[in-house]
Amino acid sequence: MKAAVVELGPYVVLILVGFLPNEVWRIVGLLTARGLNEDSQLVIWSRTVATALLAGVIAKLILFSSGELASIPLAIRVGAAICAFAAFLLTKRSVFAGVLAGEAALLLGGFLFPH
Amino acid sequence: MPAPGTFFSSTSAYAGGVKSALTSVFVIVLAGTYVGMGALAHDVGLSPGWLALSTVLVWAAPAQLIMISALGTGGTMFEVALAVTLSATRLFPMVVALLPLLRGPGTRLRDMLLPTHFTSISMWVESLRLLPAVPREHRIAFCNGLSTGYMGTAVTFGFVGFYLAAGLPPLLAGVLLFLTPMSFFLSTVNNARMAIDKLALVLGLILGPLLAYWQVQLDLLWTGVIGGTVAYAFHRVREAMQ
Repeated sequence: MKAAVVELGPYVVLILVGFLPNEVWRIVGLLTARGLNEDSQLVIWSRTVATALLAGVIAKLILFSSGELASIPLAIRVGAAICAFAAFLLTKRSVFAGVLAGEAALLLGGFLFPH
Repeated sequence: MPAPGTFFSSTSAYAGGVKSALTSVFVIVLAGTYVGMGALAHDVGLSPGWLALSTVLVWAAPAQLIMISALGTGGTMFEVALAVTLSATRLFPMVVALLPLLRGPGTRLRDMLLPTHFTSISMWVESLRLLPAVPREHRIAFCNGLSTGYMGTAVTFGFVGFYLAAGLPPLLAGVLLFLTPMSFFLSTVNNARMAIDKLALVLGLILGPLLAYWQVQLDLLWTGVIGGTVAYAFHRVREAMQ
């Protein structure tokens, strides 16, 4: 890869291995969605697939964290997520209040129980 | 967060979109994410201009992370392209679910090109929440404004991260990384008002870690297809019984 960057230049690499392989799925989606309305079965199914996939990403980010988040113990990460959810419900579904509570719980937990 | 009202023109709808973006919780999330991305780009020796261009062209944090770390650690062009395209499959159902919400009677295919390119998790979640309250003829302009607000935030904080680089205490870096799953979690819960969406959400939360723990290949793709299809089937059966 490093050799390829030197030979092709980082901007060509960006187009070939970043932009094109990523954008192709958006274009396939654009072509698939032609002529469909929001009540069509394919659109409803796509929404549930996207929602389940997104939920999977979220759970993996919390349970199998990478980078500096991984240095905060699992129990604290899960506890902070529960605090966030509780705060969200208590504030009549305020996403902002929930995120704030979750972050505060993580900071406090990480500070009190360093790895 | 205020619900968008009626707009007098496409320009005011676009401005309304930018305003909705800048006052949403995702601004903080994108800022935190791209501060981290900027620091990473700096560490592997890429230029800030390259990072900004990759944010505009790729506009998907997971794909950018894969690309930037691969540029630093090595790996063949083919391997990186494959990893990027696998992470991007999620964009396909998101675009299919979003575009019919944007389309009006006179919408041309080329009007859809920008919203298609702009499709990303934060924009998708907020569009599904806000668009139903926006008059149909102004939805594309609103959505483009929303996306411009998010992309501008990401590019700006990419630069901030690049020049701050290192210097972040580890606990603070962990807190920044936690912003993404927390905000996606709560805003997805917030959007899931119907039983079919709630079921898809719960199934995804359970299946995602399970399939990853069992080291199933393409675990996230299967999470989406299985969880989404089960929720959809449940919805069809319930409809048929009514």
